Amino acid sequence: MIGWKHGDLLELSDLSKEDIERVIETAKAFKEVSMRDIKKVPALRGKTVVMLFSEPSTRTRISFELAAKRLSADTLNVTVSASSLQKGETLLDMAKNIEAMNVDMIIVRHKSAGVPQILARELKPGVINAGDGCRSHPTQALLDLFTIQERLGRIDGLKVGIIGDVLHSRVARSNIYGLIKMGAKVTLCGPSTLIPPEIERQGVDVTYKLNEVVADADVLMCLRLQKERQEEKYLPSIREYVNAFGLTKEKLKQAKPDVLIMHPGPVNRGIELSAELADGVNSVILEQVTNGVAVRMAILYLLFGKKEKAS
Amino acid sequence: MLTLIEKAIIVNSKGISKEPQDVLIDKGVIVKIGKISNPDAKVIEANEHYLLPGFIDLHCHLREPGQEHKETLETGIHSAAKGGFTSVVCMPNTNPVIDHAKIVEGILKEVKRIGLIHVFPAGAITRGQKGEELSDMLELKAAGCIALSDDGKSVQNSQLMRYALEYAKMAEILLMEHCEDATISKGMMNEGYYSTLLGLKGIPDIAETIIVARDIELARYLKTRIHFSHISSRRSVELIREAKAQGLQVTAEACPHHFSLTEKAVQGFDTNTKVNPPLRSREDVEAIKLALKDGTLDAISTDHAPHAQEEKELEFDAAPVGMIGFETALGLAVRELVEPKHITWSTLAEKMSSMPAKILGLDHKGEIAEGKDADLVLVDPKKEWIFTKEQIVSKSKNSPFIGEKLKGSIVFTMCNGKIVYQA
Repeated sequence: MIGWKHGDLLELSDLSKEDIERVIETAKAFKEVSMRDIKKVPALRGKTVVMLFSEPSTRTRISFELAAKRLSADTLNVTVSASSLQKGETLLDMAKNIEAMNVDMIIVRHKSAGVPQILARELKPGVINAGDGCRSHPTQALLDLFTIQERLGRIDGLKVGIIGDVLHSRVARSNIYGLIKMGAKVTLCGPSTLIPPEIERQGVDVTYKLNEVVADADVLMCLRLQKERQEEKYLPSIREYVNAFGLTKEKLKQAKPDVLIMHPGPVNRGIELSAELADGVNSVILEQVTNGVAVRMAILYLLFGKKEKAS
Repeated sequence: MLTLIEKAIIVNSKGISKEPQDVLIDKGVIVKIGKISNPDAKVIEANEHYLLPGFIDLHCHLREPGQEHKETLETGIHSAAKGGFTSVVCMPNTNPVIDHAKIVEGILKEVKRIGLIHVFPAGAITRGQKGEELSDMLELKAAGCIALSDDGKSVQNSQLMRYALEYAKMAEILLMEHCEDATISKGMMNEGYYSTLLGLKGIPDIAETIIVARDIELARYLKTRIHFSHISSRRSVELIREAKAQGLQVTAEACPHHFSLTEKAVQGFDTNTKVNPPLRSREDVEAIKLALKDGTLDAISTDHAPHAQEEKELEFDAAPVGMIGFETALGLAVRELVEPKHITWSTLAEKMSSMPAKILGLDHKGEIAEGKDADLVLVDPKKEWIFTKEQIVSKSKNSPFIGEKLKGSIVFTMCNGKIVYQA
């Protein structure tokens, strides 16, 4: 693959602006494949892709599995316990066992940040990060960028608001990098206890007032609020959160009429986003899901095209 | 039996000898220093390398009893001797916890059998290190504990800490505090830009400083002394500096990894960089170095914390905290502090020998002088070396410094007048 040097996708910041543009271009072609009657191309015939998931994740796993299958790869699902400690087997043991079966690519989702890095350092097959802890979710950010690009024709110069629990969001972290890299202006909005320290150093603005971010945004990304955050004392109550930070039709009145509403799913309807908005004309949530398959096909295709694994 | 170390540059906390000196040792004690010739003595040639008082580590984990898969007293002692240490204080977070005289006796018996260097157990401040009731301090002291610590955690309850300080004052035993407010310290690395970037839960410096501040106030109120273990943050240093300026009886130490590495080292998710207190910011590292220079921090300790390979080869979240430290302490201190002319060799001897001896009340140690114990370490000050996994003597190999170039190489370690390690 000319000009593509990555054998792994560990975090979005491994990719340059050109790399991201390349993914978007490639995904465009694969989206077309997904619209055909026969949705399969032979690009990865004979390759084995293992999905190693320690967290329940229906949509990301299915999305990757469909992407791999539409490229004719063989896929295998492995569910691992959240901590390899529980079985008395270390993470590396388990990964090396899978490697020993001569697989070509490992797609990993893990609740612990850094696991994809650790695997990539120790293993020969390529590694794709399908979400690690609160750290990184590069394919989600890529499909979000693809969706924005497709809908609005550009990313450069757009104003994007990311709303909610940024502290625990790998989606937010990856999107912040990607959006800024592609020239967007990013504003974060959420309760002060759920905004990570020194996040401004990454070039974003922070506001605690939802109306400020809604007013002039071209894109609003809502993040999922885990209900446990109240038990963990980050929040006084879910009710207060919904009042202050939940996006509703009423609050959207002051927004640009064609503002895009995005969400990485699954949506807590009535908490971060009202059902009305999730299903409304501004929502591109299901398109994100559709585009996810195309973007993951593009990533698999590009990574496999790079014969030698990046060191 | 007489031993004569010939032609050594003698490095003490108060200075460094201009000319090579000879040191005559009899029955484990230094009897004479100067130009000496003695036909009856066994001669050891020092080749004008630096002779320092044996290092005294205020804070290490030897893991026995109960965690012998990480380290045993025997492997730990050999590792310490290789690092130039002739006395070490081992922490009580063993299994069972060192909170009973019988456990202390068991350790000391094994130490005596091994017989290379001095090991001084620290007993627990609270029974089982549970933070609920005081341990039998008088009994622990009588059994041989040199200090008390609940290392791994602070005594969270201020009332209980007050009683601990009062009781320890009566018992004439030193309290060493691991400073960590447990309600605010649940995290994986220093809180800040890098914890945000890496998506790891942060441990803010206030987790340490809240306890430092509280304990300074307790020591002030109770007119007693306290020692702070492994201080890691700029703000803690400021609090300690202020307390010392006011004449409070506060002493404190820092570890080589806290002046050699910043939080940036966590970026590769090497679990050997996971340590408690965590690696801090550049600003904190600079403050630690300055505090060692200006005397705010009295000593360099290792916090040698061995963990088995299978325990560290885990997800970052799941891996235990700690890194080994005996064998890299000198090399890092020379590379980071002495070589850049931040401190002198004499100050290094003060931080690693004379001040720890003073803090522990070991009157016969910490200086090279007539009448002092012949606990010594000979160092080739110029020699650079690569720290490799293969050369590690500790039972565990959990160090983020493997592969790094260090400076200052130990030629031999002598304890009680006997060579206990030879390069």
